[in-house]
Amino acid sequence: MTGHKGDTPRKPADDTRRGSPVLDMDAVLDDPNTRIVVCCGSGGVGKTTTAAALGLRAAERGRRVVVLTVDPARRLAQSMGLTELDNTPRLVAGAGGTGELHAMMLDMKRTFDEIIEAHADPERARQILTNPFYESLSSSFSGTQEYMAMEKLGQLRRSDDWDLIIVDTPPSRSALDFLDAPERLGRFLDGRLIRIMMAPAKAGGRSAFKLLNAGFSLVAGAMTKILGAQFLKDIQTFVAALDAVFGGFRQRADQTYKLLQAPGTAFLVVAAPERDAMREASYFVERLAQERMPLAGLVINRVHRSPAPALSAARSAAAAEDLETRGEHELTAAVLRLHAGRMQLAAREHREQEHFASAHPTVPISQVPAMPEDVHDLAGLRKIGALLAS
Amino acid sequence: MSARDTDWDGVRLHVVTGKGGTGKTTVAASLALALAAGGRKVLLVEVEARQGIAQVFDIPPLPYEERKIAVAPGGGDVYALAIDPEEAMLEYVEMFYGMKRAGRALNKIGLVDFATTIAPGLRDVLVTGKTSEAVRRRDGSGRRVYDAVVMDAPPTGRITRFLNVTSEVAGLARIGPVKNHADLVRGVVASPETAVHFVTLLEEMPVQETLDGVKSLRAAKLPVGGIFINMVRPELLPAATIAAAMKDDFDLGELALGLKAAGLADGAADATSIAEALAEEISEHAHRTRLERREKRALAEAKVPHYELPLLADGADLTGLYELAETIRSQGAA
Repeated sequence: MTGHKGDTPRKPADDTRRGSPVLDMDAVLDDPNTRIVVCCGSGGVGKTTTAAALGLRAAERGRRVVVLTVDPARRLAQSMGLTELDNTPRLVAGAGGTGELHAMMLDMKRTFDEIIEAHADPERARQILTNPFYESLSSSFSGTQEYMAMEKLGQLRRSDDWDLIIVDTPPSRSALDFLDAPERLGRFLDGRLIRIMMAPAKAGGRSAFKLLNAGFSLVAGAMTKILGAQFLKDIQTFVAALDAVFGGFRQRADQTYKLLQAPGTAFLVVAAPERDAMREASYFVERLAQERMPLAGLVINRVHRSPAPALSAARSAAAAEDLETRGEHELTAAVLRLHAGRMQLAAREHREQEHFASAHPTVPISQVPAMPEDVHDLAGLRKIGALLAS
Repeated sequence: MSARDTDWDGVRLHVVTGKGGTGKTTVAASLALALAAGGRKVLLVEVEARQGIAQVFDIPPLPYEERKIAVAPGGGDVYALAIDPEEAMLEYVEMFYGMKRAGRALNKIGLVDFATTIAPGLRDVLVTGKTSEAVRRRDGSGRRVYDAVVMDAPPTGRITRFLNVTSEVAGLARIGPVKNHADLVRGVVASPETAVHFVTLLEEMPVQETLDGVKSLRAAKLPVGGIFINMVRPELLPAATIAAAMKDDFDLGELALGLKAAGLADGAADATSIAEALAEEISEHAHRTRLERREKRALAEAKVPHYELPLLADGADLTGLYELAETIRSQGAA
């Protein structure tokens, strides 16, 4: 990332943020009341890099920071001088200033195991941990990541070891799955399914009697037919064993959700200036408002600008055509074509941002210009941090 | 199938994956158009409830129902289906067990919710199961209903797990109907009739993810297809200029003269200052070109066919999709 000419941040002449307030990133990072920053956005917009860059900047401005990422990007670990990231926060060497930067990557299975171990007696914990259904649920099934990310965030926050926690969110199929996860878990745990599955264990009890009235035999029969008796039995054993753990589990999911709504949390929606990503960003902003989650602002990564904004795409293309017709200055014509393309792209990105800004005029925005290469080291992260705050 | 030779003759299920932001849905849509060209019938399926297909074709949101959404060049048809896991589960229960009432009861007690959200692995099985069913479906006279099925699949980071989930579930349910269903799906997904294509940009992270994805698919014995390099920018500048710019040895004077000749500058000083600004653009372009060449070499290591799709100046609108479909055909990918 070093040695490139276009490194210095530049204010464009046609500032696209005319309508929207500018996001004062340093104010967010410096505020001692800010304890959690959540970076969310669709896949491929640079969430993880943004989280790491903000972590470094906050640390260098004096805060004790941990960055929790769910993205197993080796390159990012390397850019922080760590060979790999795991479930334990590791100190990042080379961060300047008075603060500290630590980084970690979510290990879902390990996190899940820890919850079981903390909440079940040893015998029951063993039953759960060796159940084949648990094995899959904890390590392979994709939705578990959201629960565990939120659980880990809650743990970090409760430990009070950290002045500031910066987290990026899983690249979910529905990008706000991490918000829905705790509620869904609750719905599941309160649901009749669990009680029906538990029914054999409680046979003869009042609950089983009620369930029988609710058409239990029909349902049980159908489930056996569809799932197969053995599979159903595995699930039943698993659910029965988990029963003891569930209460605490659910309570904590609720706590984490409330934590996210608290004033100490700042949500950053991350996007790129393309139609899909901006559309997702709009959706995020609306969802966060609906859930009463505190939004700090929108980060738009990879914005294309031109060092020669006064020369429009149209004039540039016309001049190129003129030179080509005359058969003169081939090089200049080619450069003008290049510039016209760049201006056209900038204009398109500008339009996408305008759409967002007109729908959400009060959302503060921070823009980061496009870089030709990915971040490879702390210097690269530091530069992105500076651009985020400029 | 026509007599046309393509790289994927015999493939009936095209799974299209890619890192977020690489244009996966656009490429899947163009591939469907390309495959349908010349009078064939192709189904384009979406599995993540994002309504991406409706967006690229600029049509209202798709229901859980196969419907015709586009006509291909030379008279083929593209049908589309947005697979809703809950609907797929109910349909599955009804179709395979003839239990409509039980299906509704299961829905009521939350089993459907459980299967499709709490255990998303099962959701993946339902979705791949529905897709496999469309691949295998025959009409009354025994002919295949679709000549090909294109799936706009989950992103690269999840693709192996997504396609492999049937064997994971098969491991869980060692016997019984779930296992039988999982085996059936695996039989389609892991067969030579399937190809998993990757969409990438010439940038470090997407290329790295593509290479990792190819490796993990191969390890899981799933069929790797081709690599679609998307949003390729034309190389506008002569090679010598790029080489000079990389060495910061670019001839500003010549550019300034050209700008004056084109009537874009008021005097020599103005020409020089515009030339200097443009030189920065050239330098960035040169750096990017060098990076892109490096990434292209890295992609070649995967040793699978690759195709280049141009960056569309006006974004991927309907016209753009047809343009990309034509490019896909001309390169033999369909």
